[in-house]
Amino acid sequence: MTKVTMTVNGKAVSGEVKGNTLLTEFLREDLRLTGTHVGCDTSQCGACVVHVNGEAVKSCTMFAAEADGAEVKTVEGMANADGSLSVIQQAFQEYHGLQCGFCTPGMVMSAAALLKDNPKPSEAEVRDYLEGNICRCTGYHNIVRAIMAASGQDVPAVAAE
Amino acid sequence: MYSFDIQRPTSVADAVAALATDEALPLGGGQTLIPTLKQRLSAPSVLVSLSGISEIKGVCTGDDGALCIGGGTTHATVANEASAYPGLAALAGNIGDPAVRNRGTIGGSLANNDPSACYPAAALGSGATIVTNTRSIAADDYFQGMFETALNEGEIITEVRFPVPEKSAYMKFEQPASRFALVGVFVAKYADGVRVAVTGASEEGVFRWTEAEAALSSNFSADAVPAAPSGDGMISDLHGSSAYRAHLVAVMTKRAVAAAS
Repeated sequence: MTKVTMTVNGKAVSGEVKGNTLLTEFLREDLRLTGTHVGCDTSQCGACVVHVNGEAVKSCTMFAAEADGAEVKTVEGMANADGSLSVIQQAFQEYHGLQCGFCTPGMVMSAAALLKDNPKPSEAEVRDYLEGNICRCTGYHNIVRAIMAASGQDVPAVAAE
Repeated sequence: MYSFDIQRPTSVADAVAALATDEALPLGGGQTLIPTLKQRLSAPSVLVSLSGISEIKGVCTGDDGALCIGGGTTHATVANEASAYPGLAALAGNIGDPAVRNRGTIGGSLANNDPSACYPAAALGSGATIVTNTRSIAADDYFQGMFETALNEGEIITEVRFPVPEKSAYMKFEQPASRFALVGVFVAKYADGVRVAVTGASEEGVFRWTEAEAALSSNFSADAVPAAPSGDGMISDLHGSSAYRAHLVAVMTKRAVAAAS
């Protein structure tokens, strides 16, 4: 067992993990932060995307021991301090950027990573950035609309049906 | 996954020492190795993560003008910081997806030498030098077939040195689900000639298309690209036949030459 210490959503946490414990297992099973989902477990679907030291990563394809000392942010850390939804989360609600909701944690975390580096992306850039996030319900249109709205851009002009 | 211990050394020397253990394996960004471990296709006793070694991370320019990239540098960092070599930066920025690019490393990709990976085409197409903890290996001697390289057990890629060409481009015909190259061609024009490296096509892994190199060295234009090579020895699978891949080699070479800047 290896002792790991990291900051998750602003709180210092620590635990004992096996060598083969994935970051996603540590988050979900040890910390009970089940907002991060495991869809495919093969690094295809992106439901498990979290931020490690500010960068989007697939937490099913990184060991917990590799996050020792890191700053980790999950979807549970996305809301504002008063508990209200963040701009991105609110936009997903307003534009109905989800149906079953399984992919949503990863979509929100990928959207946040995109808008941090590129605050006003084009529709094409949004779609390209979501390459690693699979949604089987929405056909992506409303997700793209939500992210465009969260970036403060004109939504009706994008994501043509 | 089978059980294993994980170690996270902070220096190359400590990593080399840890890798001396029986059945130890180095872990780069893990974007290939972790899925492999999940499928129980690999059973190390110890996994030595290289992600905590800062001395093998980063992009810089060497005294000889070559672009030097630490073996532990992620694709995202190369895409953002290798502006001195735009063809290489563009290649790195189109591997996998953004989250994969934040973890996957150049050293990991070259050590794995997947026959459809992008980086082997850049290294071979640039005549790069692969520097390890013990020696320097010319790209022409490094790639030895599908998943085979000149690396010895426990040897770590610490740096890759790329001579910067006058013009270059990489064109990838993507397998749409995986974004690996069905065929990818890297073309680089140097003062002393043109190099053309092809990934995704051959059962022997990345290779130089010497016929195209000769033609392009005397006339660097898409029209000078020779007819498609023979499909003998090319990969044939549900994504494309060997004849189709051979056809794509010529098409992607032409596109790369046309796009080179």
